[in-house]
Amino acid sequence: MLHRKKKEKAIESTLLMVSGVTVVALFLLCFFLFREGFLLFGDHSIISFITGSSWYPSSSPAKFGLLPLLTGSLIVTAGAILLSVPLGIASAVYISELADPKVAQLIKPFVEILAGIPSVVYGFFGLVIVVPLLQDLLDLPTGQTALAGSIMLGMMALPTIISVSEDAINSVPAALKEGSLALGSTKWQTIYRVVLPAALSGISAAVMLGIGRAIGETMTVMMVTGNTAIIPGIPEGLFDPVRTMTATIALEMGEVPQGSEHFHALFAVGSVLFLITFIINLIADSVKKKYRLQEGV
Amino acid sequence: MSKNEINTNINIKDLNLWYGEKHALKDISLDIPEKSVTALIGPSGCGKSTFLRCLNRMNDLVKSCRIDGEVLVDDENIYDKNVDVVDLRKKVGMVFQKPNPFPMSIYDNIAYGPKIHGCSKSETNERVHKALEDAALMGEVQERLGDQAFSLSGGQQQRLCIARTLAVKPEIILFDEPCSALDPISTSKIEDLILELKKDYTIVIVTHNMQQAARISDHTAFFLLGELIEFGKTKNIFENPQVKSTEDYITGRFG
Repeated sequence: MLHRKKKEKAIESTLLMVSGVTVVALFLLCFFLFREGFLLFGDHSIISFITGSSWYPSSSPAKFGLLPLLTGSLIVTAGAILLSVPLGIASAVYISELADPKVAQLIKPFVEILAGIPSVVYGFFGLVIVVPLLQDLLDLPTGQTALAGSIMLGMMALPTIISVSEDAINSVPAALKEGSLALGSTKWQTIYRVVLPAALSGISAAVMLGIGRAIGETMTVMMVTGNTAIIPGIPEGLFDPVRTMTATIALEMGEVPQGSEHFHALFAVGSVLFLITFIINLIADSVKKKYRLQEGV
Repeated sequence: MSKNEINTNINIKDLNLWYGEKHALKDISLDIPEKSVTALIGPSGCGKSTFLRCLNRMNDLVKSCRIDGEVLVDDENIYDKNVDVVDLRKKVGMVFQKPNPFPMSIYDNIAYGPKIHGCSKSETNERVHKALEDAALMGEVQERLGDQAFSLSGGQQQRLCIARTLAVKPEIILFDEPCSALDPISTSKIEDLILELKKDYTIVIVTHNMQQAARISDHTAFFLLGELIEFGKTKNIFENPQVKSTEDYITGRFG
């Protein structure tokens, strides 16, 4: 009896420790990231970092301006969202409302597989297929552009947007749809006037998660966007090479001496990226909670 | 078709319905009198709700459902190939068991029907106000038409759903246990409303509540295991049932 109780206790505390590791790891990571990043701001002011328009890490004196990288990330992400949101929502509507259940069951695994493909494979596909295609089609000097990144990231964000929106649409009570149909509305009127508005907060959460996925993606964008740290024009910058925050860190981190200015600058970029994704996830979470509350009524 | 001195506007002939293999409605023939209340009673699973949903083709939504026989509404078989379900449902409205207002304002809920059927703004506005009056809800909501429909009480939500149906200007209104989720006071308000509405509409109501059937209906149909056992004037069904099982059910011996 006593022995059994001890055993139970031991299992419990082991599991507690294991879950504790996750929390500790997160805090250590944050601490390290922000501390290393903050060390940049001795010789360089925070303002010149955030508003600086040139990123010349090896000129002398070195210039660490975040703007080209931030705008690069933003333009690639914005393009990805513009492409993937309409496609994703349309697919989710089709799968959950229009498709024959058998067809839906057939499509869903493909969406899931799309989510499981490694990002380097997307990058490879983008480099070999999408980049040359864009170059020929739009007659550009190079196909390695923000647009290529947007297309690839859009493709990668699709599974998230589809499956989360689909959940949101499925959780719209059948009673609402019946109520609408019983008033003599068509299936389509029911979808866009009742179902989609009722699922709106869930769909917004899906979009936020898609943005989070896109802005943090590294390998794919690095392979297809050309990596030129110039502030892109909007919207014509879509057709120019850009460099994102993630690609910058991945490209330069291997070459910098630990503890150098450049090293800290990369950590500062990482901190900004972390803050952005953190805020996006917070918003997605609160939107999701809000819609659960609405459902509860 | 037996049209006696009472006018009927829903005539059902030899209606059979299957859910997959399950024979849910068996050879139902019934003429429903117009501008009166017809109650459908019977134990759970007897097919009365299924029958009700045949009258506005809501069963179309169920994939495995197969229907045979005729349902005439104003002498037109609603299961004919060339019948437009949208037109049918404009004519035959439905109020559900649980209030199901849309997640929009009180006004927009009622304006929904007129809008999708292409009414102008002023026509829609007129219909919304008329429907609110007719559903005896105007007094309670006129100050807050822009509020979310969810802010209303359950009983008010159900009257909102009735108003929403009225705004489409149906001839017939189907009620599927409209009071089962409501408290007694809200229930009696809905019952009063139904008695008021029968002057202008043909009403068919499914109810589990025998007293309710006795209070508000003119005719009663008793269903058991997918069959229509007995149909007649409510007074006769309750005071002098012809079939043993009707009597057993009404006196509470089963169900």
